[in-house]
Amino acid sequence: MDAMIQVGQNLFGAAWPLIWSVLKIVAIVAPLLLAVAYLTYFERKVIGYMQIRIGPNRVGPWGLLQPIADGVKLLLKESIVPTVASKGLFILAPVLSIAPALVAWAVIPFADGLVLADIDAGLLFVLALSSVGIYGVILAGWSSNSKYAFLGAMRCAAQMVSYEIAMGFALVCVLMVSQSLNLSDIVNGQGKGLFADFGVGILSWNWLPLFPMFLVYFISGVAETNRAPFDVAEGESEIVAGFHVDYSGFAFALFFLAEYANMILISILTAIMFLGGWLSPVGFLPDGFFWLAVKASALLFCFLWFRATFPRYRYDQIMRLGWKVFIPLTIIWLVVTGVWLISPLNIWN
Amino acid sequence: MEFKLILFYVLSAILVGSSLGVITSRNPVNAAMFLVLSFFTAGAVWMLAQAEFLAIVLILVYVGAVMVLFLFVVMMLDINFDRLRQGFWSYLPLGALIGILMILEMSIVLGGQYFQVLDTPLPPELANSSNTKDLGLLLYTQYTYPDQVAAAILLVAIIAAIILTYRGRKDTKRQVIADQVAVKAADRLRVVKMDAVKPQPAVTAAPESEAGDGAAK
Amino acid sequence: MNPYVLDLITASPEVLVLAMGCLILILDLFVKDPSHTSTFVLTMLTLVGAAILTLFTSTGEVVYAFNGLYVDDLMGDLLKLVLYLTAIVTLFYARPYILQRPDLRRGEFYVLMLFATLGMMVMISANHLLTIYLGIELLSLSVYALVAMNRDSVASTEAAMKYFVLGALASGLLLYGMSMIYGATGTLSIPEISDALVANASNPTILIFGLVFIVSGLAFKLGVVPFHMWVPDVYQGAPTAITMLIGGAPKLAAFAITMRLLVSGLLLLAPDWQGMLLILAVLSLAIGNLAAIPQTNIKRMLAYSTISHMGFVLLGIVVGVVGGDARFALNAYSSSMFYVVSYVMMSVAAFGVIILLSRAGFEADRIDDFKGLNKRSPWFAAVMMMIMFSMAGVPFFIGFFAKFSILQAVVASGQIGLAIYAVLMSLIGAFYYLRIVKVMYFDEPIDESPIVAPMDMRVLLSINGLAIALFGLFPQTIMSLCAFSLLRSL
Repeated sequence: MDAMIQVGQNLFGAAWPLIWSVLKIVAIVAPLLLAVAYLTYFERKVIGYMQIRIGPNRVGPWGLLQPIADGVKLLLKESIVPTVASKGLFILAPVLSIAPALVAWAVIPFADGLVLADIDAGLLFVLALSSVGIYGVILAGWSSNSKYAFLGAMRCAAQMVSYEIAMGFALVCVLMVSQSLNLSDIVNGQGKGLFADFGVGILSWNWLPLFPMFLVYFISGVAETNRAPFDVAEGESEIVAGFHVDYSGFAFALFFLAEYANMILISILTAIMFLGGWLSPVGFLPDGFFWLAVKASALLFCFLWFRATFPRYRYDQIMRLGWKVFIPLTIIWLVVTGVWLISPLNIWN
Repeated sequence: MEFKLILFYVLSAILVGSSLGVITSRNPVNAAMFLVLSFFTAGAVWMLAQAEFLAIVLILVYVGAVMVLFLFVVMMLDINFDRLRQGFWSYLPLGALIGILMILEMSIVLGGQYFQVLDTPLPPELANSSNTKDLGLLLYTQYTYPDQVAAAILLVAIIAAIILTYRGRKDTKRQVIADQVAVKAADRLRVVKMDAVKPQPAVTAAPESEAGDGAAK
Repeated sequence: MNPYVLDLITASPEVLVLAMGCLILILDLFVKDPSHTSTFVLTMLTLVGAAILTLFTSTGEVVYAFNGLYVDDLMGDLLKLVLYLTAIVTLFYARPYILQRPDLRRGEFYVLMLFATLGMMVMISANHLLTIYLGIELLSLSVYALVAMNRDSVASTEAAMKYFVLGALASGLLLYGMSMIYGATGTLSIPEISDALVANASNPTILIFGLVFIVSGLAFKLGVVPFHMWVPDVYQGAPTAITMLIGGAPKLAAFAITMRLLVSGLLLLAPDWQGMLLILAVLSLAIGNLAAIPQTNIKRMLAYSTISHMGFVLLGIVVGVVGGDARFALNAYSSSMFYVVSYVMMSVAAFGVIILLSRAGFEADRIDDFKGLNKRSPWFAAVMMMIMFSMAGVPFFIGFFAKFSILQAVVASGQIGLAIYAVLMSLIGAFYYLRIVKVMYFDEPIDESPIVAPMDMRVLLSINGLAIALFGLFPQTIMSLCAFSLLRSL
């Protein structure tokens, strides 16, 4: 690695830091996009088996080339811009939708020290970006100039705004116990404690003392990404496909990418905040990126499992869950955590 | 020129451009999006000044919450913005005059003749501290009292907004969520045990029912 | 003890009002009774509790809390006690009025009243520009909402809009001035500003610049000419119960912040602000009294009369420091304080009488509505007469002594011409007050319907009227209280 940096510096001189950053970004984004592609395959397979079907199995061995074929198809299809649509915004919307989903990866620590930008306010950065993702959806719904799309956008915006509050409060509990906004510090903080000393680190992670917040965060994450059972924004049986009903071709693919990239992001964040990130669950196994991948994959499987299992929530039930259950619960747990921290029973010293 | 300085000028140019976009664009949604862009750039400028907490909070609060609601309103209302904009050119001279005056005032103030604070370098012990933590400490120790009063002001604003706009309609249909949640499967679905084959009715039935049976067959 | 706990004890009246405000807001949700009697009772108990706490935490010394953001001194305690009393009386008078009007008959009315009271308390105890501003905003926001609460009435909505826009402008002026002061002295704390001025480590140009904006902002909040435009419209447009709130207690808080800002903080700039206040006072006396004469609406007339009263209050503050000599100050400031207290007493009573004559669907806000009141109710005609006499400054009512002590201070400062001008203006003012007395006693009633008002309000209003007469006989009690509290505070 050091040799490579040396060669690069000799080759490009002053421009090297920029090129090095770009290389690092590519090194994150390229596998991510691949992961997104295979997540769609995984989803169809998992749901297929849950419904006692086989799922895609025609393109390539076990259907493994299916996502590639889908991608090529979407790329080659014509992107139609409706005549009465607001053109600039119509094109801007998918971009605004995918951009925050990718930018947030800048502060994600994949292993100890392996992070693109190790900033102090990483948690706030993630929160800020997740709150910006909403623009793509709203603009898509409005600029299409279609009733279904607009309805979907309205539903989606209200839903995302509501669940963001609960997510934010849940994360405040995490930052209270870890005393830091830096994601690496949050993970490292979970590696300490009574159980970790005994070699069962899994019991030291935040999910146990902050169990309600773990649930709230993950469920809100499902709602935030507009996944089933909270997918009223798409609601194909009521409003056809919601906000992206008028999109086709590559613009549609971008929304699709954004949704799956957000799913992976939420899973990784849940793993980092509550499940100890790259830490190994037991003392005798080494820490590493492998564990983060395993945890995130398990959470992603839950996303698919939910979709195969639950019927769609009714809209007012979604709002009620967000405002009347999650937000009060998080506020109460905030107080509990605060009292816990100043009481002699504090376990986070 | 230092890289940071170039960045500052680029960001400022975007900020000024997008602010102009806010007031000149014909479409209110475009104007709102320009405002979002200017918030973003302002956040970036603050980030350059190492005020990362304020920068991120600006994006989190203004872009993530306030502007979303604003966009909501702009999209829902059918306002004829062309009519609102009618007096634009007649007000322009006055507005421009005020703008020029403000620029002059700011340049006098920032010129350093009256306020010397601008040249104060950052104390070394603050250069590496997290300003999120520092702000939090100040807000919850030194300035607890005004912080609480400000909270009361926000509460009053909420109360005022609700009493002035909420009209409890008598004719709304609403769900009783508590009942819905309390529902059990047995309330909706009754599982009845019955034999697969019905026992034949006794032969001594009334003639009408026989006729009925015949029709059914 | 933990210093933070000590701070909380010092500020316990504020803590109580805030906590009860929140609690009442929630409890009111469970009140089924459409007249919200339990909410009303709780609000009253809160105010009484705050008064008790203020009395018990008062040490007679100047106590700072919350790192010098809050000050508890005798002037503040006295003003707060008058404030609670005014709030209680206002609520008693307002109750029958709001019970007749469905839009006002809500629990939030009491909650907003409490928050407005809290805002005034914060203003009275402010020792920091930040706290002053926040107190003003808390008060203003609650009052804007209260004015607009009668939301189906065009007049109320318009009044609220005017009040809001102009109030926001005034807050902007005040903030701008504060930022200038901050730029010049490098601090927002009032004692530190004073120290910085004494140390002479500040820039006079910026200071005067800031002072102009601060005085303008204060003048807006006090409602003196030329920043008085909102006063008549808001007084007339707001529901009478709310006008009573606007016209009463906030003047106490405005007096307190004027004292704290100008006298405690910027005393060294006195030669500058005295000139500004003098212009405001002279104009207010003239325009307030002259413009009140042609009014046919009594609420509007009282609005102009408020402007002229505030002119008198400013006169007292103007003549405090003469030629850099502060010996006159205590006397002048205490006469101003006495004037404010007595004005609040009279103003609340006057609006109380208007509410007494109002009923569901009828506002007794025209002067014609007072015609022949003597035939309908001799006793309340007499009460109204006492109020009007007192406002006009007829001898041996409290208003007379208020005017008299201000004039005494003006004469003592050697400004005989100013004193003569003030007397002339009050003589002009006497005309429109006495006209009310004339229509009550010598005109035939237009409206013969009997007066409907609950007994508690009648009794309280009578006590209020009698107090105006009684304290007119013994003005020394209040006057020496004011002087003593200022002596221990400044």
